Amino acid sequence: MSAPHTEPVTAPESAGEAELAAYNFAYLDEQTKRMIRRAILKAIAIPGYQVPFASREMPMPYGWGTGGVQVTAAIIGPEDVLKVIDQGADDTTNAVSIRAFFQKVAAVRATTHTADATIIQTRHRIPEHTLKEGQVLVYQVPIPEPLRFLEPRETETRKMHALEEYGLMHVKLYEDIARHGRIATTYAYPVKVHGRYVMDPSPTPKFDNPKMHRSEALQLFGAGREKRIYAVPPHTDVVSLDFEDHPFEVQQFDRPCALCGATHVYLDEVVLDDRGGRMFVCSDTDYCETRQAEGHVGEMLATSEREAAE
Amino acid sequence: MPDRTETFAGGFANAVFDSQAVFRTLMDCMARPGQTGEVTLSLAPPAPLGIAAGAVMLTLCDHDTPVWLSPKLSQSPVPGWLAFHGGAPLTTERHEARFAFFEGRAPLPSLGAFALGSQEYPDRSTTLIIEVASLDNGQPLTLSGPGIRDTAGIAPNGLPADFLRQWSGNGALFPRGVDVVLTAGRRLVALPRTCKITAKTLTESVAETPASEG
Repeated sequence: MSAPHTEPVTAPESAGEAELAAYNFAYLDEQTKRMIRRAILKAIAIPGYQVPFASREMPMPYGWGTGGVQVTAAIIGPEDVLKVIDQGADDTTNAVSIRAFFQKVAAVRATTHTADATIIQTRHRIPEHTLKEGQVLVYQVPIPEPLRFLEPRETETRKMHALEEYGLMHVKLYEDIARHGRIATTYAYPVKVHGRYVMDPSPTPKFDNPKMHRSEALQLFGAGREKRIYAVPPHTDVVSLDFEDHPFEVQQFDRPCALCGATHVYLDEVVLDDRGGRMFVCSDTDYCETRQAEGHVGEMLATSEREAAE
Repeated sequence: MPDRTETFAGGFANAVFDSQAVFRTLMDCMARPGQTGEVTLSLAPPAPLGIAAGAVMLTLCDHDTPVWLSPKLSQSPVPGWLAFHGGAPLTTERHEARFAFFEGRAPLPSLGAFALGSQEYPDRSTTLIIEVASLDNGQPLTLSGPGIRDTAGIAPNGLPADFLRQWSGNGALFPRGVDVVLTAGRRLVALPRTCKITAKTLTESVAETPASEG
């Protein structure tokens, strides 16, 4: 490898006038990118299998999405349009700082519109807007091993994956039923990919699990602290584990979004006061704002806007 | 004395952006077997290495990845070109190779001789880059598996003789197995180990019918 760049590096014209600072495009050095790229290709070839990779220190702490950031940095180019969400929102701390990071080190265009993005980095949600071919969804993953809380030893979980021995996971779901009368796991709900590997879909609500099944988009998962990359190619079976008499179900909400009136979306509960007041709004801010712009009105949308709408 | 120009010239004009562009093409193809990618940037690997194969070589190979070259490639200026532009070590042991390259019409050794990974680490396997004459005027093949909605089709011309038989054996090893990138000049198509290939002939389609139960 050549010595670190000391001269400012300028992106090609397509990246605009912006001049990149005195480090490599997208922060990572080329050797690191090659290493991550090789891991990504093997991850795609073995859907759901966690490929070990030499995770680097990033200029943010572990837990802030260093795995997703490294995956995005390895695949992103000057032509890409990036969207970053944190629990569905474009405007929360984690999303804002990672978006700013890539605008600084890669000078890429950013968007909040799901449909316009070529790469969507996400923390714990899948956008409501159905993803399409050509888009890549990059997940930030804290604990990639779905069996970790059942078996702490890496040597043992690795052997369980090798032997396709997933009985323990079904026991865990069964114990849910024994205690609660139903499968009480609501997020990081285990899935089986391509009929072979049991995979942790990262702490997304189980509401999002069906969106992973035969998605048009490529899904990449990066776990920085745990040093694992895994993937689900497009049009791949992703089946949530369940039992015949306790089939997999997603969360149901008994009311629409308070701002845009959307149903069949994942809602966040927002506490309004200390007297039990609360509202339920779309977790996906872009989806909610797009619907409001289209004239959809929820019951608690600000009165002035409501009057304007009426 | 070998022509030194061939060794030093013909690499990426801009290593950072060129390798990113080639990788995205390759990643999209790996995620969608049967989809043909094209390397549009200027690159001049020494013959008999093709442009797409050379682009893949410079994008993925470095000092961490032992590379195996077919006998004809290893006697060409390719080893010097790879050493200068990629710095990757060569190996003659197929099971040590992370990548293996074949020029057009090169005989294909047994896929099982390459690294297949282990049941615990199936990712530690060789990726084979095989040059064929063309990707669309040969024997029609039907692909299915992850990354493909129903079926996809390719028609590579110049596939090694017993490739299909070897490929079905490779698929039976899943999750172990090698992955393949077929290249033809500037074009490439990826065949991850999950990809099932059937020839579009009557006898093959009968053979594909599941055996009756019991």
